[in-house]
Amino acid sequence: MEDSGLLSVLYEHKEEKGAVIPILQGIQEKYGYLPPEILERFSELTSIPLAQIYGVATFFAQFRFEPRGKHLIRVCHGTACHVNGAERISSAIEEYLGIKEKETTLDGKFSVENVACLGCCSLAPVVMIDEKTYGRLTGEQIKKILKGY
Amino acid sequence: MSYEVRIGLASCGVAAGAQETYEIFEKVKDIAKIKRVGCLGYCYAEPLVEIIDEDGKSYIYRNVDTKKAEQIIEQHIKNGSVVEQYLLDTAVVQKKLFRIATRNSGVIDPESIDDYLAHGGYGALEKVLKEMRPEDVIECIKNSGLRGRGGAGFPTGKKWELTRKSGGDVKYVICNGDEGDPGAFMDRNLLEGDPHTVLEGMIIAGYAIGAHEGFFYVRAEYPLAVKRLSIALEQARKRGFLGGNIFGSDFSFDARIKEGAGAFVCGEETALISSIEGKRGMPRLRPPYPAQKGLWGKPTSINNVETFANVPWIILNGWEKFASMGTHTSKGTKVFALAGKVKRTGTVEVPMGITINEIVNDIGGGVLKGANFKAVQLGGPSGGCLPATLGNTPIDYESLVASGAIMGSGGLIVMDESTCMVDVARYFLSFTQNESCGKCTFCRVGTKRMLEILNRICEGKGENDDIDILEKLGNQIKTASLCGLGQTAPNPVLTTIKYFRDEYEAHIKEKRCPAHQCKALIRYFIIPEKCTGCHLCFKVCPVKAISGKTKEIHIINEDICTRCGACYEVCKFDAIVKD
Repeated sequence: MEDSGLLSVLYEHKEEKGAVIPILQGIQEKYGYLPPEILERFSELTSIPLAQIYGVATFFAQFRFEPRGKHLIRVCHGTACHVNGAERISSAIEEYLGIKEKETTLDGKFSVENVACLGCCSLAPVVMIDEKTYGRLTGEQIKKILKGY
Repeated sequence: MSYEVRIGLASCGVAAGAQETYEIFEKVKDIAKIKRVGCLGYCYAEPLVEIIDEDGKSYIYRNVDTKKAEQIIEQHIKNGSVVEQYLLDTAVVQKKLFRIATRNSGVIDPESIDDYLAHGGYGALEKVLKEMRPEDVIECIKNSGLRGRGGAGFPTGKKWELTRKSGGDVKYVICNGDEGDPGAFMDRNLLEGDPHTVLEGMIIAGYAIGAHEGFFYVRAEYPLAVKRLSIALEQARKRGFLGGNIFGSDFSFDARIKEGAGAFVCGEETALISSIEGKRGMPRLRPPYPAQKGLWGKPTSINNVETFANVPWIILNGWEKFASMGTHTSKGTKVFALAGKVKRTGTVEVPMGITINEIVNDIGGGVLKGANFKAVQLGGPSGGCLPATLGNTPIDYESLVASGAIMGSGGLIVMDESTCMVDVARYFLSFTQNESCGKCTFCRVGTKRMLEILNRICEGKGENDDIDILEKLGNQIKTASLCGLGQTAPNPVLTTIKYFRDEYEAHIKEKRCPAHQCKALIRYFIIPEKCTGCHLCFKVCPVKAISGKTKEIHIINEDICTRCGACYEVCKFDAIVKD
């Protein structure tokens, strides 16, 4: 795998103390996930033990070790969304796409993630697809929205 | 007449379609001043547009979609006649509010430093650097009675004093913007609506404690907050509010942003520090406190976003004014994110000492659709549920702790009788169980065991001594955990047992969910008299559990039904009921 993406991320943070997390965030932005061979190269180039890199990467929910679908569906399961029926939204998505949380459709078009709170509680229940947020949803509405993608 | 038009473009406004509304108003930017602002506070009526006329009179329009926007432009902006039917009545609510931390939110353009300066911005910093010694600043904040707004309520001035008195030349100040409580969005609104205020508060803290470097730790889930804060930092650097010799003094300070990577425990200060150092976000034993040994072993003051936002106001208006508000032990105001089953959701800043009833009924307009107010949840996964009967509890750090809840960071979720309290407890515990870092056995294993018990209660498999085990285990976890996460994780369970024990008993003994929420304990059926045979439920049922032809009465086969609720949601005739 091409490591030029990694090199530019490392260069960007070369002066920064304790930059493992921003570097991992940079790698994920460049490659869409954390490819094992890039992490190995990261370790070689910086002399940070691979175990330490994995220790950090697996600790935080943000990091992925597999490529994700073209569109990321984030279903909010915050408190306000929970009491306003987020469970129903999740099951509607599962009915429509046939995938559960943390899974990707076979055609690679959608990945689904549950998130703790998107902070749009007044619009609960909320789903974020890529950068766009949809609020005050029902199960049927989310199916219609997904149809549009 | 010339107008200033303010359009609320915080995350929830954008989600409600405010960007499209903004674009419509931009078309008339030659005849009116069109301004992007942060959260106006009335989230339930997004997208919000406020029009200010030359005399300073304000008109707030609610739910302004593109069509209404065109109409408002034609009638109000071009012809000067107010579109009465779209106006939002804020008179009742405004009487209850007092804005300190959110004073500029919804008023200024968060991406314009000039607008912030025009509203007195960086005036407090100038006063501090020109007229006050660091000790005076600390004294002022101590006298004001300001306490940490992240939840625990440690006196801010005292924290600064401890950090100042710790030895060494290098010190740090950190802004904790890792707002991880589900149901809380106050800090996001502050960072999106008025990032300069938070930055100004941080620079003042830096001066007070003798730090020259600051970090904003912000959740990665808040991209807009990160963006607006980066713009603010760059602007402040250009104008000399960050960098060397600020306001001609010998004080220099700079700040940067660290994005969180999704770990709730990083809201705990020692875990947050580990994460900035590039390590796993695990908490460590205190003492030594960060004020003595923090980031990279140096004395560090960690303050919440809202805490910082209060500081410039206190400096400019005097500590006396701040301390005159609130109760004996809790001064000033608190920002709450009001959400859940309440009519008027939003961000509200209220004086300390206001009661829960006033927030829910007077500000929030009561619960939705005439249902009954049952409980409020305060403080997210670390907090507790208080029943409606305790609605007269004042908002005050000590009163809330005495009731079993906590002030918390400010999430306030209203619940009505359709909310199952056992399910709510299970919900929070599944959250904390998942977010436990795993360091302490009681938190790691204990929350898992508690969750298993709650799961089985919700599934109708609860056993007679389950409530006792939950209480015993909960108290053990509180005692034997190192950090705030474990020490507070059992709170939602313990408070719901304390106030809603009958609901637990109904689940366990009668295998019944009084709120009709727990799937295993409910069934859906169709009232024949109400069914019109519209066939809609038949179409949406994912497991084909509904039979019936168009214009005939439909029937649900209980054996096939998965209780997903799809039919219940689409029925327009209230013919489908839960039992």
